[in-house]
Amino acid sequence: MRTVYVDNNATTRVAPEVVEVMLPYFSDLYGNPSSMHFFGGQVQKKVNEAREQVADFLGADPSEIVFTSCGTESDNAAIFGTLDSYPEKRHFVTSRVEHPAVLNVTSYLNRKGYRTTEIRVDREGRLDLDELKESISDDTALVSIMYANNETGVIFPIEEIGQILKARGIPFHTDGVQAAGKIPLNMKKSTIDMLSISGHKLHAPKGIGVLYIRKGTKFSPFIIGGHQEKGRRGGTENVPYIIGLGKACELAKKHLGDENTRVKALRDYLETKILEKIPNTLVNGDRNNRLPNTLSVSFEYVEGESILLLLSDLGICASSGSACTSGSLEPSHVLRAMGVPFTAAHGSIRFSLSIYNTKEEMDYIIEHLPPIIQRLRDISPFWKDYLKSQGK
Amino acid sequence: MWDYTDKVKDHFLNPRNVGEIENPDGVGEVGSLACGDALRLSFKLDENKRIKEVKFKTFGCASAIASSSALTEMIKGMTLEEAEKVTNQDIANYLGGLPEEKMHCSVMGREALEAAIANYRGQKVVKEDFEIVCKCFGVTDREIIKAVRENDLKTVEQVTYYTKAGGGCAKCHPKIEAILEKVRKEMEQEGILQRPERKKLTNIQKIKLIEETLGREIVPALKADGGDLELIDVEGSKVYVALRGKCSFCPSSEFTLKQYVESKLKEFVSDDIVVEEVKP
Repeated sequence: MRTVYVDNNATTRVAPEVVEVMLPYFSDLYGNPSSMHFFGGQVQKKVNEAREQVADFLGADPSEIVFTSCGTESDNAAIFGTLDSYPEKRHFVTSRVEHPAVLNVTSYLNRKGYRTTEIRVDREGRLDLDELKESISDDTALVSIMYANNETGVIFPIEEIGQILKARGIPFHTDGVQAAGKIPLNMKKSTIDMLSISGHKLHAPKGIGVLYIRKGTKFSPFIIGGHQEKGRRGGTENVPYIIGLGKACELAKKHLGDENTRVKALRDYLETKILEKIPNTLVNGDRNNRLPNTLSVSFEYVEGESILLLLSDLGICASSGSACTSGSLEPSHVLRAMGVPFTAAHGSIRFSLSIYNTKEEMDYIIEHLPPIIQRLRDISPFWKDYLKSQGK
Repeated sequence: MWDYTDKVKDHFLNPRNVGEIENPDGVGEVGSLACGDALRLSFKLDENKRIKEVKFKTFGCASAIASSSALTEMIKGMTLEEAEKVTNQDIANYLGGLPEEKMHCSVMGREALEAAIANYRGQKVVKEDFEIVCKCFGVTDREIIKAVRENDLKTVEQVTYYTKAGGGCAKCHPKIEAILEKVRKEMEQEGILQRPERKKLTNIQKIKLIEETLGREIVPALKADGGDLELIDVEGSKVYVALRGKCSFCPSSEFTLKQYVESKLKEFVSDDIVVEEVKP
């Protein structure tokens, strides 16, 4: 069976070029970069090169790059590392649509006695900046707002938020896991103090992440140990993965144009055809401010898990914000925060593309999706009721 | 990805008896769009009052569609008296099992059947006659009690898996806990539940076991949240404890004691244990 992989906001294929540069560090070049001998030294040199590649990709200085184990660790480190540096401040601000790596930390902080604010979004998934402005005070230790949402692809006005916070002297962290590689990032021209990225969302393997920490930002290490990463993250460097991520960042920089032209065109093509061929379908999220690769659509009166499994049966890999896919009983917190009606929230499907997708694959989806939706609507008691109500 | 059996996959990919019967003898509908799944079941009887034709329409996930399809196959040819005896467990068994988190799909099938039979008999299952325990999903005490009895449910989590109750805001968890306790006690008295035979403990053994259980199962979790607990005394089946740290002024401490401490001690020490808090 063929595989059409359109779930790249979940994880991506590891680029063959990335695998290739990693391999020697699993075998011959196993030295510890901290060692004094030549054998470790040659590895350290490569780790430094990878750090430069990541810095170059982010428009940062290599000294501002801290390697971590994943995006979640980067988010946790940014939040706890900042709160720890401002023990007198007891307020944390984030949004309602964050990844669990931030949202569940928020409820944890709440239990620990912190005051927390989760900024609202509107029906299009756009942040309420007025609420943000009103919520911050001298007691605010940190604001953490994602760069772009993983489910809808909606991009937040990060620099505008950064300006507001800069004027108030409040540190600003952003979870850039979904943004990196899809939209240009340049820390030199940015107001962001800390930015998380994750390797496996940009064609590096799982198990490697980065926390960018702007020079001069107060930060206490989250993982306490050796002197690695200039004392900001203990633990022997995950050498092969760091080198892989360096390569992936180099490639991501090269492919950024492609993401925003060819991949975006494929996404738009898929979106247009789906809307054209399937009635009662709506796009979730602000279509004017969206990652070029992401499409979240809701099919009314059908349920997401059923759609996914029928797609999967044809080799098409996507994901859903429906309740049933997660084992929880309520649909995704993102769609609920946006106020997507229940008729649509349960039937949401996310297609997320990458540079490896082709037009032919989009045509395959466009060919097979409409009969799947029709088949499930024929089984659904609500579809006929709806048609009746429309006099059809 | 869910670990569905081949039978579930088959009934999802090739559902049997999809549709609605025109002029049915009975029709039942449960669930809603808001809840994420719904089932409309209709049937017609033959001259011998057996189910001649039965059809369903389902909005929901793969296991909801498969459960509905399975149910229709199971009850074809049955009298209503026979069909009434079909439990959600029978539906799950027919499918070779369902993931526990998805058992509510089989419960939905049984409820739709019940509603359809009541509709045929001119009765009405009126939700208003019962207390709505879970407001998020509109689940009544009657439905919870039935699920607990038919499936021998022991925890709030299981009740959520089987009925959805408690799967939203979680405010009803203490209520579900109370229902569980009451129903399981009734089941015990009716002799439905067999108590596992436990070795009789001497007083010293009992206190030791309580201490061990507290130290292993309970205190670490409380400490993680900034609380603590101290064993004060044991008198027969009564265990007196004092809550320390954050637990001592936590508004849900009573819930912690009953739901968590007592149930762990019941599990590891003795079924008759009652935990009481000693206030400073």
